[in-house]
Amino acid sequence: MCENSKLYKFANCRILRDHKIILEDLWVRNGVFVNPEKLFFDEKKPADVIIDCKNRVIAPGFIEIQINGGFGYDFSFETKTEEGLAIVSKKLLEHGITAFCPTVVTSPEQIYHKVLPKLKFRQGGKHGATILGAHVEGPFINKEKKGAHPPTCILSFEKGIEQLEKTYGSLDSVRIVTLAPELGNSAEVIQSLKQRNIVVSLGHSIADLSQSEEAVFHGANVVTHLFNAMLPFHHRDPGLVGLLASDKLCDTHPIYFGLIPDGIHTHPAAMRIAYRIHPDGLILVTDAISAMGLESGTHKIGQLDIEVRDHKAFIAGTNTLCGSIATMIQCVRIFFNSTGCSLEYALEAASLHPAQALGIERQRGCLDFGADADFVMLTDDLNVVSTWIRGECVYDANDK
Amino acid sequence: MRLVIKDNATLVAEWAAKYVTKKINDNNPGPDKYFVLGLPTGSTPYGMYQKLIEYYKAGKVSFKYVKTFNMDEYVNLPRDHPESYHWYMWNNFFKHIDIDPKNAHILDGNAPDLVEECKSYEEKIKAAGGIDLFVGGIGPDGHIAFNEPGSSLVSRTRVKTLAQDTLEANARFFGNDIEKVPKQALTVGVGTVMAAREVMILITGSHKAFALYKAIEEGVNHMWTVSAFQQHEHTLIICDEDATLELRVKTVKYFKALSDVHSQMITDDDQTLEKYWIIH
Repeated sequence: MCENSKLYKFANCRILRDHKIILEDLWVRNGVFVNPEKLFFDEKKPADVIIDCKNRVIAPGFIEIQINGGFGYDFSFETKTEEGLAIVSKKLLEHGITAFCPTVVTSPEQIYHKVLPKLKFRQGGKHGATILGAHVEGPFINKEKKGAHPPTCILSFEKGIEQLEKTYGSLDSVRIVTLAPELGNSAEVIQSLKQRNIVVSLGHSIADLSQSEEAVFHGANVVTHLFNAMLPFHHRDPGLVGLLASDKLCDTHPIYFGLIPDGIHTHPAAMRIAYRIHPDGLILVTDAISAMGLESGTHKIGQLDIEVRDHKAFIAGTNTLCGSIATMIQCVRIFFNSTGCSLEYALEAASLHPAQALGIERQRGCLDFGADADFVMLTDDLNVVSTWIRGECVYDANDK
Repeated sequence: MRLVIKDNATLVAEWAAKYVTKKINDNNPGPDKYFVLGLPTGSTPYGMYQKLIEYYKAGKVSFKYVKTFNMDEYVNLPRDHPESYHWYMWNNFFKHIDIDPKNAHILDGNAPDLVEECKSYEEKIKAAGGIDLFVGGIGPDGHIAFNEPGSSLVSRTRVKTLAQDTLEANARFFGNDIEKVPKQALTVGVGTVMAAREVMILITGSHKAFALYKAIEEGVNHMWTVSAFQQHEHTLIICDEDATLELRVKTVKYFKALSDVHSQMITDDDQTLEKYWIIH
């Protein structure tokens, strides 16, 4: 914001704090939330600017940890990366997202070398949502659960962390690695990533429960798009899904999991199962592809013709789904309506939980004093009214 | 003295809030002329604050040019403790209104020099031109602020050691652990409140009926410190029916006969309250 040191009071709003929506003003100075009681009694300072929020709900800005692209751009393409990043990060503000991890699927080495340096951390603002670093989904995954990933690029890491450094070029821009824990050497790799403060997410895997638990003990703390690209739940060995109810992890190893609540990739009943078994770990992810945000019709994206109809993306001329195109705010709505969870919970599943999974919950994903003033103003039926980063309005639906 | 008897505590709160509103508006305060208000904490005034916030939001009153002085605060209790009076005032009143933080005064129970804190509080009141209206509540033993039984009726702001009875009564606010109850408090004196140009005391509930009786039907007595206000030129006591249970029928009937005048006081927009000071 231009006049940083000014004291802003967002009045007449209902804010999400400590898992509850309460009638409370929100105070911001120098881009962070401040405690108004201290300002009142210690500094004896009134607000410089009062903003009437018209009784809207204010939630922490959404944090998206799995998004492949959108608006016609794909982060896994070597061309137009900067342009795509600029447009996607800007457009994501419209969906209430204030920070995200651009996701690169399994790709040839040279793509990583070219693309990843451009995905490094960048503070958000009017130009777009904060980039938290890349989520590299692959290539160290199991071929049997490749999903839409090109099998020829899938690798193993016999040489340990060196293999990752060679494949990715550098780990500097990497925030999350999705890998299959059943691959040889995974214990060492997970530990090395953990030491570098990189989040390890388990996915595209046929790991059984004990392999999964082992990986968690070594430092993995997230499961990638639960139910998708893993063994289906089996009662004798519940596999990766079983982590949600593992009694070996208890409180010492909190586990998080991404869930795609677009209404297509996860059945509402499956959403409810995950929600009821392990509500504290649930993270809403869109896993959106390049066609997210495009209008109905056929679009050429890279080498692929994609047809958008009925809010779904198909490979043109077929009935084959090619990925998720729901936006984050749509996902929050669908999840809220499908699970019967509280509004507070649905909003925290898109903000607090991803922040906790990344270990940044003191700075992001909440409206606590001292945290970055990244937030989204919403109507009661969950439409984005405006989005704010470090106390600056970066998107206003009325300006459209 | 006036005694206004309302049917219940809600109506007491409403009457008090309307009176404060009218008082502030009558004075037409501005940057050169502030209205100075003395304020209590506790359950009885809570309803009054709720109403005042409502009137502020409806645009009926502004606190922009109002200075406030609170009655008391515990010693050595963190300011953000839910039982601190800072916490009470911030959450129940100040954060909802347009008062300038510079004009809101509360004794600092964590000040390094408590005696000096009390002395400077009196000076600040003096510098503000004295208190126009001091609003107070009382305890069942007839204490006003922390001026417990036996307090000097000419006392000024000071550090007060709390009586065992008070500690026991307050333990319920501190997890029923008497060890956690602050043993001392800073409080304005009876004399400090007496020096205000007008005093309004809110008394509700049958548990305070005996104190009301002692306050108005018996003589001035330092064992019932609120009785001191019999000697104040402009005392206003607002109570509910329950609080009159120990009064004589004659007393209640006498004051109830004046209820038309009392309701006029807060509804008569053409007349300032000055009139009721001149014609009793």
